[in-house]
Amino acid sequence: MDRILRINMGAEGGPKARVEPLGEYAGLGGRGMTSSIISREVPPLCHPLGSENKLVIAPGLLSGTGAAMSGRLSVGCKSPLTGGIKEANSGGQPAQVLGRLGYAAIVLEGSPGGQDLYKIVINKDGVRIEADNSLRMLPNYDLVNRMREQYGDRIACISIGPAGEMKMAAASVACTDPDLRPSRHAGRGGVGAVMGAKGVKVIVLDDTGFKARQPKDLEKFRDANKRFVEGLARHPVTGQALPAYGTNVLTNIINEAGAYPAFNFKGGQFEGASRISGETFAELETKRGAGPTHACHRGCVIRCSGIFNDRDGKFLSKQPEYETVWAHGGHCGIDDPDTIAMLDFLDDNYGLDTIETGVAIGVAMQGGIAKFGDARAAIDLVHEVGRGTPLGRVLGAGAAVAGKVFGVEKVPVVKGQALPAYDPRAVQGIGVTYATSPMGADHTAGYCIATNILKCGGFVDPLKPDGQVDLSRNLQIATAAIDATGMCLFIAFAVLDQPDTFQALLDLLNSFYGLELTADSVAALGKNILTMERDFNSRAGFTKEHDRLPRFFSTDSLSPHNITFMVKNEELDRVFEW
Amino acid sequence: MKVTVKLFASLSRGRFAVGVFEGEATLTVRDILASLKIPEEEASIIFINGRHEDADAALGDGDTLAVFPPVGGG
Repeated sequence: MDRILRINMGAEGGPKARVEPLGEYAGLGGRGMTSSIISREVPPLCHPLGSENKLVIAPGLLSGTGAAMSGRLSVGCKSPLTGGIKEANSGGQPAQVLGRLGYAAIVLEGSPGGQDLYKIVINKDGVRIEADNSLRMLPNYDLVNRMREQYGDRIACISIGPAGEMKMAAASVACTDPDLRPSRHAGRGGVGAVMGAKGVKVIVLDDTGFKARQPKDLEKFRDANKRFVEGLARHPVTGQALPAYGTNVLTNIINEAGAYPAFNFKGGQFEGASRISGETFAELETKRGAGPTHACHRGCVIRCSGIFNDRDGKFLSKQPEYETVWAHGGHCGIDDPDTIAMLDFLDDNYGLDTIETGVAIGVAMQGGIAKFGDARAAIDLVHEVGRGTPLGRVLGAGAAVAGKVFGVEKVPVVKGQALPAYDPRAVQGIGVTYATSPMGADHTAGYCIATNILKCGGFVDPLKPDGQVDLSRNLQIATAAIDATGMCLFIAFAVLDQPDTFQALLDLLNSFYGLELTADSVAALGKNILTMERDFNSRAGFTKEHDRLPRFFSTDSLSPHNITFMVKNEELDRVFEW
Repeated sequence: MKVTVKLFASLSRGRFAVGVFEGEATLTVRDILASLKIPEEEASIIFINGRHEDADAALGDGDTLAVFPPVGGG
C-alpha cells in the first residue's frame, strides 16, 4: 500500500490514470487519508459536483493485512448534501482487496467532458478505464451480476446505482460483500453523486495473484491479532449480542429508553417497536431458512450482518441495520419487517443512503405526501426516486430539501444531513455529536449511545446535559482515529471496556508498521483528523452557528420523559477545545 | 402491588417477553431477577419507566421494569 492511483476523468483524449508514491500522505489511511487529500487539494468553495472536487477512496492502515475486522473503506469528498467535508465509511470486500493491490487511495479527479459512463478495472495487469454506456442506469445488483459474468466471481466492486448517476444528494457508493452482493454502502452525504459526477459507474477490483500485506514483525503481529480476536469474542456485545441479533437489537432498548424518534420525531416511543425489533428479525430470518449471522468482509469475526429471505424463502435483502429499520420503520410509522427489508433492498439497488431516504420520506409524510404507516406508499416513493421522477428527485435530494418543498417545519437535519435513529432530547450526548461533527448529523462520529444508554465505557445519564460535551469530544477523537485504521467501529465496544483489547489494537499497528504508538498518539491522530476537517469546513463557510440542532429540539418536549435538548450553545462551542 | 416486567434479547429465551409480577411493597429489581434466575451480571441494563436504574432499585405499584443483557449496535 505504497502508492496512490490518481485518475483524471477530465484529461484530454479521455480519462488518464497515473500512479504516484505516497509522498506527503505517507503513514495515512482511511479517513486520515481521505480528509488529508480533500482538505489539501480541494478548494473548499468549489461546487461538489464540479471538476474541482475529488472523490477519494481509501482502505485503512490495516486493510489488506491479516488483522481481523480491518475491512472498512473510507470514501471522501466535498459533500453535495452538506457542503462540507465528508468521509462515508463502508464494510464489504473492497478495502481488503484494494489494500492487497497496493493502493493506499484511488483519487478520482476532474470531470469528463462528454456523456460517457466509465468502468475502471484494477487487477494484476494494471488499471484499465473503459467507456461502457451499456451500464447506464443499471441498479447495483444487476450491475454486479454483469461484472461477475465478465470478470468472474473473484472480484470486488465499488459502484453507484441510478441515484448516483442522477447526482442525487442522498446517493451512496455501494461495496460488495463476500458473496458479491452490493449490500454494504458508504451511505452518507451523497458520495455516490460525486462518483456520478466523475462519470464512473463501477470500479472492479481483483487481487488474484496478490498476497496479504506483510507486517514488519510477523510474530508480534500474529500474537496481537490472536489477543485482539480473543478480546472481541470475550466481550458480550461483540462476542454474543451483535452476532445473534445484529445492530437492530437496539430497537427495543432505544424504545424502552424513550429515545426512539417515532413519526418524524413526534414522540420517543413507537407502539410497533417489538414487531420490527432485532429479536423479531432474527427469528424470522432463521424461520425462513436464512439467518442473523453473516460477515460483511472476510476477516470479520463479529459477523453482525445477516440475510433476510422473503416469505417464499428467496433472498430479499441483507439483514437491515438498526438505522434503516428506524428510518423506514418507526420514523414513518411502519411496523412490517417485509416492507422494511424490501425498502432496504431498493435503497441498496438504486444506490441510496437508507437514513437520508427514510428520513426524507417521513418528512414528506409530515408534509402530507402520504400517510404515516402507509407501507405501499413508502415503497412507491422509493421507486419514484429510482426512476428519477420529479417527486423522486425531491426525495433523493434528502430530508432538508424535502422539508422545504413540502412546507414542513420539523426537519431533523444538521448541516443538511438527516439525523439518525436516536432522539437527542432523550440521549443528550448524541445531540452534541449530531450538532458538532464536521460530517453533519452522524451517530457514528461520536457514538454517545454506548455510554448514555448501553453502559459501555462507563455511564453518563442520557437525560441530563452534564458531562455530554466531554463524552462526545472523547468519542469523536477516538472514532476519527479508528476510522483511519480500517477497523470496524464495533471493535469500540470491546476496546472501551477492556484495556487489554485496546492494547492488542495498538500492538497490531505497531508490529505491522514498526511503530511505537501509545494511547496518546492515537488521540493525537484523531485530533489531527478533526482539525483538518473543521478547517476545511471553516474555509467552506461554516461557523459555530452551524454546530446547532434544529430549534424544535430545544422548544418542543419529547414524551415520555417530557424533555428538551438542554446542552447550552456555549457548551457546544467547547467540544473541540483540547 | 403489580409490576410489569419485560425481558429482552437472550434474557427472554426460556422465560417470557412480557410478564406481570405481584408482590410486597418492598420489591426490588434484585428480588425479581432472583425469582427469574437471572444472574445479576447478565442484567446489564435495567430501566424502570425508561430511566436507568440498578439492581438495588425499589419498584412501585404500576412500574414497568425492562431488563437487557449487554447489547450494542449502531
